[in-house]
Amino acid sequence: MSFLNNVITGISLGSIYAIIALGYTMVYGIAKMLNFAHGDVIMVGAYMAFFAMGRFELPAIAGVLLAVVVCTALGIVIERLAYKPLRQAPSLAVLITAIGVSYFLQNGAQILWGAATKTFTPIVNGTLVLVPEQLSISYVAILSVVCCIVVMIGLTLFTTRTKMGKTMRACSEDKAAAQLMGINVDATISMTFAIGSALAAIAGVLMCSAYPVLSPTTGSMPGIRAFTAAVFGGIGSIPGALLGGILLGIIETFGKAYISTDLSDAVVFAVLIIVLLVKPAGLMGKYVPEKV
Amino acid sequence: MKKFLALLLALAMTLALAACGGNDSQNDNSAPADNTQSDAQTPGDDAQSSGEAVTIKIGGIGPITGDLAQYGTATQWGAQIAVDEINALNGPVKLEYNFQDDTGVSDTAVSAYNNLKDWGANVIYGCTTTTPCVTVASETYADRYFQLTPSASSTDVTDGKDNVFQMCFTDPGQGTAAANYLKDNGLGTKYAVIYNNGDQYSSGIADAFIAKAGELGLEIVATQTYPEDTTTDYTVQLNACKDAGADLVFLPIYYTPASLILNQAKQMDYAPTFFGADGMDGMLDMEGFDKSLAEGLLLMTPFNASGTDDRTVSFVEKYQADHGILPNQFAADGYDCMYAIYEACCQIEGVGSMSNEELCDALIAVFTGGSFSVDGLTGSGMSWLTNGEVSKDPVVVKVENGAYVTQ
Repeated sequence: MSFLNNVITGISLGSIYAIIALGYTMVYGIAKMLNFAHGDVIMVGAYMAFFAMGRFELPAIAGVLLAVVVCTALGIVIERLAYKPLRQAPSLAVLITAIGVSYFLQNGAQILWGAATKTFTPIVNGTLVLVPEQLSISYVAILSVVCCIVVMIGLTLFTTRTKMGKTMRACSEDKAAAQLMGINVDATISMTFAIGSALAAIAGVLMCSAYPVLSPTTGSMPGIRAFTAAVFGGIGSIPGALLGGILLGIIETFGKAYISTDLSDAVVFAVLIIVLLVKPAGLMGKYVPEKV
Repeated sequence: MKKFLALLLALAMTLALAACGGNDSQNDNSAPADNTQSDAQTPGDDAQSSGEAVTIKIGGIGPITGDLAQYGTATQWGAQIAVDEINALNGPVKLEYNFQDDTGVSDTAVSAYNNLKDWGANVIYGCTTTTPCVTVASETYADRYFQLTPSASSTDVTDGKDNVFQMCFTDPGQGTAAANYLKDNGLGTKYAVIYNNGDQYSSGIADAFIAKAGELGLEIVATQTYPEDTTTDYTVQLNACKDAGADLVFLPIYYTPASLILNQAKQMDYAPTFFGADGMDGMLDMEGFDKSLAEGLLLMTPFNASGTDDRTVSFVEKYQADHGILPNQFAADGYDCMYAIYEACCQIEGVGSMSNEELCDALIAVFTGGSFSVDGLTGSGMSWLTNGEVSKDPVVVKVENGAYVTQ
């Protein structure tokens, strides 16, 4: 029974990682940059939902919508102000800027909302009892998995079936050529950030519903884990992010349960290293050789 | 030559300006540049000439940004209230207070300490957390500054350093006290411990608890750890405790992870008695926290914000008026630190003409003299041992209907 419990915990944790990882993967795939501020956008989303639901007592759906709207706007603003001026700069400069934005958001949140930890009100309560006293699944876990699958299918359809999605794929393959074909690369990248940040808002609400503490640094650790998940599954690949996220959640939980609670992170990263040794592009990443 | 003179004059002016700028009270992050002057500075040397009260400069260090900011700001604000009260007393000693951010990190704490030395601090108040405090303590030991920490509770802070004193219990002291309390009150039959073994505070208490429990014959059926306080999932650890049949879980951890543990225990229908250490204090004041989760929780805390004595009531009122939240024990420890320093300084003859080294030795003599005791918010008749440890009674409170009830 405890095995099944661990599987459930792993999948629900993993599906949250997966949603965050989708944001990383989208931005990396199109803008070819690691947006380390992604984790902190999650935190902002969670705060928005917290204020809407906790302080103004709005219904959960309004909280989620507010979080999505604010994060989308925040994502676009961050991209315009911080990343767009660096479009031609070396990727290292962009990476450092992203880390700077991350600290800016954390410290900004601390000034605005204080350092004290807040307790998030879950958007859904209760658990589904499968075997009394032994096996149960919380509704939040079910919601996370469902959200994760819906988001992944939605994103796949979006990138393969719509015109906007096509422009995104074009930009991801070759920015210069896409521009020559009349695609507005800047607008496409802004769009990507908007989608990524909206996903971050959803992930923030789900994460804080599952683990209801909220502080200005809430987003940073899950952000790094999810980044690992994205690399694990093959960064740039949408199904890869899902697979990477779920696997990471399961490995982490199993590592804790059957190896050592202290070494769970080490186990996760050891698996990552082995996977990358065998498949350098990640589980579902495409290996694209550079043509000389 | 003219240029050189002009430069020299400009330099002299900057120095003079910087020397004037040392009077800001708190949060003065820009350290004045007059190293040469401040080293030679003695407490209240300008006050001596005018015959007024002696001013002691207290340099505080703690995390006011970052992960641990809620503890650092509590010690900062709590002490500020005491400083304001003391200065309003018009006693023989006045305090000047400057608090620097260490973000809970050792090397930042050392720069904060250097800033405070440049500012002309006479006494060091801090650090809030153990790890940076150990580093700063070895610096103050070498430089001979008297140091009093509100909340860094590891014995590493005071080990081998005669100049460092604690306002809070030591970690092993709390672990031992917890085991004794459980034994004396017959709480629980099978015990489990969940602690953060990446943290000195948590593992210090847990180790002493486990050792003492072994001595007393308490049966510990599960010992579970987690690596850092940002961990969010404790179901694996709780399952292990549940499977082992523990009916009392000792949680020598901070309240943020503890709130998650209570939440997850409820979700899995596991309801043992939870027993916490002083790091658990503050949980009830988390915004949005469902207080019913903490119902029946026992914790050792030196400070109860719903206490009814005049001093506590007045402190809580002032703190709430200034910051909008209830003070926790970190704030109360900070408050008591200021009074301890103040009362000790009042007992020293000629405190105004002492160098930092002399003041340090004089304060050590008072603190360890045997007859010195302080009444504060976190205990009455608090005294100190020569190893820097505080001696006061632990208080256990139980959460009933969302408030502390002293046991």
